Parts: sequence; structure tokens; C-alpha cells
Amino acid sequence: MEHLILPLVIFFPSIGALLLLLVPERQADTIRGVSLIVSFVTMLLSFAVYYWFDPVASGMQFELNQLWIASVGINFHLGIDGISLLLIVLTTILTVLCILSSWRSVTKGVKGFHISMLVLATGMIGVFCALDLFLFYIFWEVMLIPMYFIIGIWGGPRKIYAAIKFVLFTMIGSLLMLVALIYIYFEFHSLTGEYSFDLLQIMSMQVPYQAQLWLFAAFALAFAIKVPLFPFHTWLPDAHVEAPTAGSVILAGVLLKMGTYGFIRICMPLFPEATIAYLPYICILSIIAIIYGALVSMVQKDIKSLVAFSSVSHMGFVMLGLFALNQNGVEGSVMQMINHGVSTGALFLLVGMIYERRHTRMIADFGGLAKVMPAFSVFFMIVTLSSIGLPLTNGFVGEFLILLGAFKANVVYGIVAASGVILAACYMLWMYQRVVFGKVTNAQNEKLSDLSPREKLILVPIVVLIFWIGIYPKPFFERIEPAVKDVLTKINGARLSSADDGQDAAQMFIDESKEISTVVIDEGVTADE
Amino acid sequence: MASDIYLIPLLPLIGFLINGLLIGRLSRPLVTIIGCGSVGLSLVLSIQAFLHLRSLPSAERVVEQVLFTWIPSGSLHVDMAFLLDPLSAVMILVVTGVGFLIHVYSVGYMHHDPGYGRYFAYLNLFTFSMLTLVLANNFLLMFVGWEGVGLCSYLLIGFWFERKSASDAGKKAFIVNRIGDFGFLIGMFIIFWQVGSLNFLTVSENAPHVFAMGGGLITATCLLLFVGAAGKSAQIPLYVWLPDAMEGPTPVSALIHAATMVTAGVYMIARTNALYIMAPDALMVVAIVGAVTAFYAATIGLAQNDIKRVLAYSTVSQLGYMFLACGVAAFTAGIFHLMTHAFFKALLFLGAGSVIHAMSDEQDMRQMGGLKKYLPITFGTMMIATLAISGIPGLSGFFSKDEILWKAFSSDHGHWLLWVLAVVTAALTAFYMFRLIYLTFYGRERMSDEVRSHLHESPRSMTVPLVVLGVLSVIGGFVGMPHIFGVANHFEEWMAPVVATHGAIAEHALASGPGSAAMEWLLMAVSVVLVVFSIYMAFRVYNRKIETATALRQRFALMHRVLLNKYYVDEIYGAVIVRPVVYGSLFLWKFVDVIVIDGLVNGIARVGRDASDLLRYSQSGRVRNYAAIFLAGVVILLAWFVFG
Repeated sequence: MEHLILPLVIFFPSIGALLLLLVPERQADTIRGVSLIVSFVTMLLSFAVYYWFDPVASGMQFELNQLWIASVGINFHLGIDGISLLLIVLTTILTVLCILSSWRSVTKGVKGFHISMLVLATGMIGVFCALDLFLFYIFWEVMLIPMYFIIGIWGGPRKIYAAIKFVLFTMIGSLLMLVALIYIYFEFHSLTGEYSFDLLQIMSMQVPYQAQLWLFAAFALAFAIKVPLFPFHTWLPDAHVEAPTAGSVILAGVLLKMGTYGFIRICMPLFPEATIAYLPYICILSIIAIIYGALVSMVQKDIKSLVAFSSVSHMGFVMLGLFALNQNGVEGSVMQMINHGVSTGALFLLVGMIYERRHTRMIADFGGLAKVMPAFSVFFMIVTLSSIGLPLTNGFVGEFLILLGAFKANVVYGIVAASGVILAACYMLWMYQRVVFGKVTNAQNEKLSDLSPREKLILVPIVVLIFWIGIYPKPFFERIEPAVKDVLTKINGARLSSADDGQDAAQMFIDESKEISTVVIDEGVTADE
Repeated sequence: MASDIYLIPLLPLIGFLINGLLIGRLSRPLVTIIGCGSVGLSLVLSIQAFLHLRSLPSAERVVEQVLFTWIPSGSLHVDMAFLLDPLSAVMILVVTGVGFLIHVYSVGYMHHDPGYGRYFAYLNLFTFSMLTLVLANNFLLMFVGWEGVGLCSYLLIGFWFERKSASDAGKKAFIVNRIGDFGFLIGMFIIFWQVGSLNFLTVSENAPHVFAMGGGLITATCLLLFVGAAGKSAQIPLYVWLPDAMEGPTPVSALIHAATMVTAGVYMIARTNALYIMAPDALMVVAIVGAVTAFYAATIGLAQNDIKRVLAYSTVSQLGYMFLACGVAAFTAGIFHLMTHAFFKALLFLGAGSVIHAMSDEQDMRQMGGLKKYLPITFGTMMIATLAISGIPGLSGFFSKDEILWKAFSSDHGHWLLWVLAVVTAALTAFYMFRLIYLTFYGRERMSDEVRSHLHESPRSMTVPLVVLGVLSVIGGFVGMPHIFGVANHFEEWMAPVVATHGAIAEHALASGPGSAAMEWLLMAVSVVLVVFSIYMAFRVYNRKIETATALRQRFALMHRVLLNKYYVDEIYGAVIVRPVVYGSLFLWKFVDVIVIDGLVNGIARVGRDASDLLRYSQSGRVRNYAAIFLAGVVILLAWFVFG
């Protein structure tokens, strides 16, 4: 059972989608119900994976390696480590919440919508499980299609523009990734005489430095668009604003993580030397994203685009943490991927709830909601605070570690990035104030109904996650630690060998500590002693 | 006994959860019992903890209690753990003691408010956060409390959220505090980077081995922590949020913006005194900022007409004293003043609340006058507090302030200029406080008849806390009397273990010969004479002949306007920081994002589309066009073969 659990989690939603084909379009509630049950069972399956996952073991677990297209060496190779584990659980939880949140808001093409959602789930979980680069690419592309439909069919007024922009941006990235994939494939053949797309095998191969630079660039561009890293971010506000609530939640909650996940799963371990070479550029772009995203977010008039730009800022933090290349930074990043999924997903859900009532998302149209929708205001406050990164909420744990890691890696990066913390408070609180506080000035807001039980049901798990991760994140850290150490060992080995000091590199860096940070810190503060 | 430390913050948290989750479903008496009861129990446990600590020999007065691991990441290992030592014991007594009184007072003050349950939930959450702040055994957990109190401050300042000014003030407080937190964070990073731990005891112990005495890194660390402290404790240049914070309910101003939260910065410096003592330059900055803030805020206090704003600037000023004390390495004196100030300033705010309550929510002192006979208890207790803050000998404020003045002059880190600034501030303090007393309680009754007919002394739940605080304001100073009085200074002895690591330096100034004792008497006399003189001046101007006040105002019109408008600092910040950031962001959005980046994206797309449009003509589907192209091709090929 245990080694079949991954394919089960991946394909269960698709089986559900096939089932939905049998239900007539008229029976909307049956469709919703089936979809909810399927996603719920998928979530339970992912919990089972979490339960069976061995927190102390390093390497991949639940591995399944089957020949698929033998003639070209493509395998159906699945397996997860702690990083993918948490992202899978996040994905399945968000999918359930999204389906619940679409209960009333999606009324046209219900069947198509739910089929898209379930196929999307398969694609997303598949990406996090794939250990064969070709398989990875297939799942990567599978995600794209349902998302295109979700934005393009169930979206807002400029949905076609947004959907096409989203697809074109992503396609440009995937195209480069495909070229790079094929290059690696032949490179591997020329080194070993075998044809393989297997990630773990390729990882053991030493790619020549020049080739690494090109390959890293190709993959990095694909992933950077997905993150999105400044200046490749302009598809995001459009996609978010136009997408229906569920689309925005999945987009922000999971799809953006595909980018950062790609960096940590493929770019960094496969091309460690190139990672170090590109490090300063990526760090600087990340910092620009943090500050730029926050500033632009501050002046948005539409709540959704405000949250979209805040995602640019938050994902900048995640990237910076990854490229701090120390344990604090990378673990913080992985946590922040989850946190951003929870908090930003929740923000989109909340915006969706008031949009359903008022059919507007303009900040200026609201004000005084605390009076008419007290329960909504409380949930909104908690999520806002988690997005700001208040201690004891999830956001703090990740952000703190990222900044600490960045600071250890480079003092200047750490300090500049930390100023983003101030800006986050500015734009979020200002928005919250204008939406929730004050008097009810707009007559249309006077009769708004507070949250329904269904809506509360959606938000309660989120609040639980916010405080759980904020107060007792230890179980999560335990599970990601071995995976993070694996990646760092690889990179630090490369760093040492490039510094002509390759002896016993791995061992030295098992416990990352001051030695590394002082190597990296070459500017700013000088040690006192 | 020691195992109960965690219950001290936990009880108010439980109170918050009950009152918060069942909001609107509990009866008012039940809300009251839960809200006040939880803090009352905490007070009992705090006293118990204090007694337990006192029963130990002074060198062993450190109790650490680890609950569970919070963040384990690589070499960073942060626990949810509490530290009880003489310093935190004093703090929890102040927080739960004054806090409990203010909870009780709120029962009367907030009686008619529809948000009663929400109010008590917030108040309990605040108490929890503040207790976490002072009991934390490491920087990060302290930061939890630090941000927690900031959040509660935000929520309580904006308690009446329908008023825009209130929610603006809350937001301003939060954001200005965040600027401070930025410094705190970076300071924390340096500490962890260098020492490899965030535990207070470990850091204090290892700092001397890690940092060079007076080195750049330790100075930077201390200054960054001080940025955090200046944000929380409203020092220049981050004080601007505190006066606006008066938008909150008055008991909140008493609890958060006078007695407890705003003193967190002082506490933090005292807690990390082992670091500061290694950074004399940072100490100097702390002392100067403290002294200047004390003086500066006092001058603004002279011209304010809103009774709560006078007290707000007074708080900023008194916090300046505390920082001055810390800056001259007299950490004990700083904490001592923190304690006495908590008593008399909480009393002043609660008294002001009682006045406002009686005056049907009027806060402008120009509309008051002659309230003495209507509010005898309020008047009596506020008078005591005013005498205490002015530094009249025998009252608590005298002892603590005198200690600071003397240390500012005599400490190795002190300077006579600091003393001059501090003593002038003391005179200004007496002046503006008595101005407040005279304008409010004496003179002509300037309120409308409508208001006058409603004047009444506050209910028992409000006056009893006033009386208790009045008693504390009188006797609170006796625990820390100066050595020249020939008695033991119990407070200093109690605090000694916490500041013992550098005892030699701090106590150096106390190695006093007869000459220095004479000096101490002399300086004390100077300050008392100055204070009495300014009380007399206030009496002359505001009680005997109110016209002199008008005349003075006209004569110094420009200065008055500058003071009344608080040196226009809010306007300057608005013009120099806020507006450029907003307009800069608009530029980034409208120009960089929409025109440059998206323009490029759409431009590329358009090039693609236009190119396709052009190429489309080759696929027109008209046979004769194809035939023509075919023919042209043939001709070119033939020409190529023939002539090529």
C-alpha cells in the first residue's frame, strides 16, 4: 500500500474528474458534492502520506520507479521528501477549501469548472512527486491547461487577456525548460552511455561549468516567471484580478510555489556551481521584488491586485531565503512557501466572500465592515496579521528565519530585505483600515450579511494552520530538515571545491555554522576580534 | 512554586480566549469576572513568585522554565521558556498590580460601552503579551510579547474604530513601532550571528568573550536595539505615535501608554545591560536621546490644552528620564523610576479619565475649571500624583527622579550637562502639571450649564483604584531611598544580581567620600528649590491671574504656536517621508509597472501579432496570388541559373 500511495494521491482527483463526466450538467449540487468528496478523500490520503512519512530519514520516500517509455529511457519515477510532503498537503487542503468556496460563486458551467479543478490537483501533486524530469515537465504542463480554462471561462471582465498572458508567459518559460531538459538528456548520455531523465541519476552527474551556466539560466527563467520574480511578474496581477476566487487561491497558494520548488528541486542540486555564480543577481532581484512589490501594493485600489503585488513581495522573501544557501534561510523559505499559501490563499478567499456580496473589489467601495460583518472582520484581521508576519502566527516563523539566513549570508541583503517588514505593515493595515474600520459610508454596505456557516467552515482550518505553524512548527521543521541538508550539502560541496578546498566538504557542512557565513560575508560588518 | 511561572501569562490568555471566542454571548458580570479575575489571579501568582524568589539567596535568584521548543532550525534553537529573576519579578508585579487596578477601573469606565466584551478581551490579551515580554528568557520570545503588546495597542487605540482619527492613530502607532522593530530585528541578528544564541543568560555570559569592549559591532548592536526601544517607548525621533494614541479609551492610556507597554524599551535595555555596558558610545547616545526627549516633550506639554495630551507628552518626557538613567549605566535607577512612574502616571491618567467621565467626554481643559468641589476623591488623588511627579520630597517620584538626577551627574557615563537638562525638565514638569491641576480643578467653572448639571464623582469601582494608586504613589519610593539618608536602598540590593556582571563599574560612583555626599545634598536642594519655584509660577499664572496666561501667550505668540503644534514634526514627517513614499509608489506602479514592464510585454506581443498580420497576406487563399508568386519564383530561379 505504502509505495502505491503517491500515484493514488496524484490520480485520485482525476478519477473523480472522470466520474464527474457521468453526472449530467443539470445536477449542479451533485457535481459539487462529488467534487468535494473526491477532494476531501484526496486530502485524507495526503494526511496518510504525512502520517507514514518518516521524519528522520533522509532521501526520497515512497519511491516508485516504473519503466514508462523504455525506448527513450523515460521512467515513471515518483518519490517525496519533506519539502514536497508539506507542499502536497498544502495543495490538497487548499483544493478542498476552493471547492467549498465555489459553492455559490460558480453557477455557470459547474461541471467543467469542477473537472478543471480536479485535473489541476492531479497536475500540482504530480509536479511535487515527480523524480523524472520528463514526468515533471508533463505534470508542469498539465497544470497549465485547467488553469487557463479557469481564468478564461470563469474569470472577470478582462479574463481572455489575463488567461492568454498567463499562458504565454508560462509557455515561454516551459519552452526553455524543455530545451534544457533535452540538452541534459544528451549530456547524460555522452557521459554515461545511457539515456535517462531520472533526476536522482542526473544529480550524481557533474555537469561542466559552462553548460551549467546555460542550463541554470533556462530553468531559472522558467521558474522565475512562475514565482514570479521581478521583472517577470506582470502576468500575476492580471491573472489574479481576473481569476475567480478558487483560481486566485490555487494560483497564489500552489502555482507560485512551483517556481520556488523548481529552484530547490532542480536548479540548485543539479547546477550547484551555477547557483553560486548567479547568486548575487537572484538575490538582488529578490530584494527588488520585496521592496517594489510592497510599494506598488500600497497604492493599489483593487484589493485583489493589492494582494497580488503583496505576493510578489512575499515570494521575493522566499527566493532570498533559498539563495541565502544556509539552513536558516532555506528552511525559512520552505516554511514561507507553506505560509504564503495559507495566508494569501486565505486573503483571496476573504476577498471572494465580500465580492460575492457586493460585486466589487475596490477598496473605496467598502469601509465600516466591522460593524456589519463582525465575524468576517475578525477572520480578516487574523489573516492580515499573519500576512504581516506577527509573531505566533505562521508568517513570522518563516520570515524571521529567511531574514536571519539572509543576514548571515550577506549583511546588506539582510538589512535591506528586513525593511520590507515595515512596508508590509503599511500596506496591509492601511487596506484593512479602509475596508473594515470607519463608518459605513456606502449605503449598499449597510445590509451585508455576515459569514455563513459554510464560509466559517472554510476559514476555521486556515486559522488553525496559522496558529499551529506560528506556535508549534517543530513537526514541520523536523520533516524538512533532512531534505534541506541534502541540497545544502550539494551546494556547499561545490562552493568549497571552487574555493580549492574540497576535502571532506560534505562533512564540514552537515552542520552549517559560522564558518560558512564568514566565508560568505565579505562586506559590511567586520568581526570585532 | 517555580513551576507556576507559565501560569502568570497563561491566565490572562485564557481570559482572552473565553471573552474573545464567546463575544456577545456572555453576560456583563461574567465578562467582568473573567476579565478581572484572570489578571487578579496572575497578580496573586506574581506575588507568590516574588516571595519565592526572595526566599532564595540573592545569588540564586534565577529561575528558568522551559515549556517546549518553538523554532528549531540548524544552530538556531528557540524555546518557549520563561525567566524569573529580580528584574522580571519587579516587572510582573507592576504589570499585574497596576494592570489589575486598571481592569477594575474599566468596569466602571466602560460600563455603558457596547463593546464591553471586546474591550476586556483586548485588555487580557494585552496583559498576556506584556507578561510574555517581561518573562521571556530569550530575545525572540521577548519579541513575541513586544509585537503582541504593539498589536493590542493598535486594537485598543482604534477601539472606537468608527472614528477615523482613532483608527488612523492605531495604524500610526503600529507602523512607527514597526520601524523600531526593524532595528530590534537586525540587532537580534547580529547577536545570534556572533554569540550563536538568543537566550538572555547565555548572551550576557558570552558577550564579553565575543565582542570587543567598545567595539563597532557591539555599539551597532546596542544602537539597533535602542532603535527598537525608542519606537516602543516613544523617544525622539519615534515618539510621534504616543500623543495620537490618546484616541483610545482612557484606562488604556493609563495601562498601555503610561504604566506598562511604553516602558518595555527601558526594560529591554535593563535586560541587556551586559551588552550596553560594553558599548559606552551607545550608552552615551541613549543618555543624550533620553535627556533631550525629556526636555523636548516637557516643552510641548506646556502648551497643550487637551488634558490627555498633556499627560501623553509628560509620559514621553518621563520615559526620557528612564532612558537617561539607563544611558548613564544606572539601570536600577531607570527601573525604579519605571515602577514609581507606573503608579503616579497611571493614577494621573485614571484621574483624567474620571474627570472626562464627569465632564461628559470633554477633554479640553479650557472648558473645565473649579472641579475640585465636584470630584473630591479624583482631585485629592490626582494632587498626590502631581506632587509625586513633580518630585516633592517624601513622595515616590522624588526618590526615583532624584536618583536619576544624581546618577546623571555623578556616574562615569554621566555629565553635568545631562544633569542641567534633567533638572530644567523637572522644573518644567512641575509647571505643566500644576497648570493642569489649576486649569482643571481651580478657578472659574468654564463648562456649559448642561455639562455642569451632570458633574458627579465617579463610581466606587473607579475611585478605589485611584486611592490604591494614590497610596502607592506616596509610599512606592521608600524601597529605594538614597544612601545619604543613611538607610538601606532595598531596591538597589534587590536588583543587584541582575546588574552584577559589571557591578564594579556601576557602583563605582557610589564609592562616595564625604565630598560627594555634600554634592548630592546640594544638587538635591537645587532641584527641589527649582521645582517649588515653578509650582509657585504656575500658581501665579494659572490660578491667581488667568489673564497673565493670555498676556504671556500673546507676548510669545510664535513660540506658543510652535509648541501648540508640537514643533510641526508630524507635518514634517508627512512631507519628508510619507508623501514621497506614496507618490514614489504611484510612480512605480503607473510608470515602471504599467508602462515600462507591461508595455514591453505587450509590445513584444504586438510585434508578434503584427508580424503575423503581415505574413498572413502570403496565405490569402487566392489562387491567382499563389500563381503570381509561383511565377515570380520560377522567373527568379531561371534568372539565377541563366545569369548566376
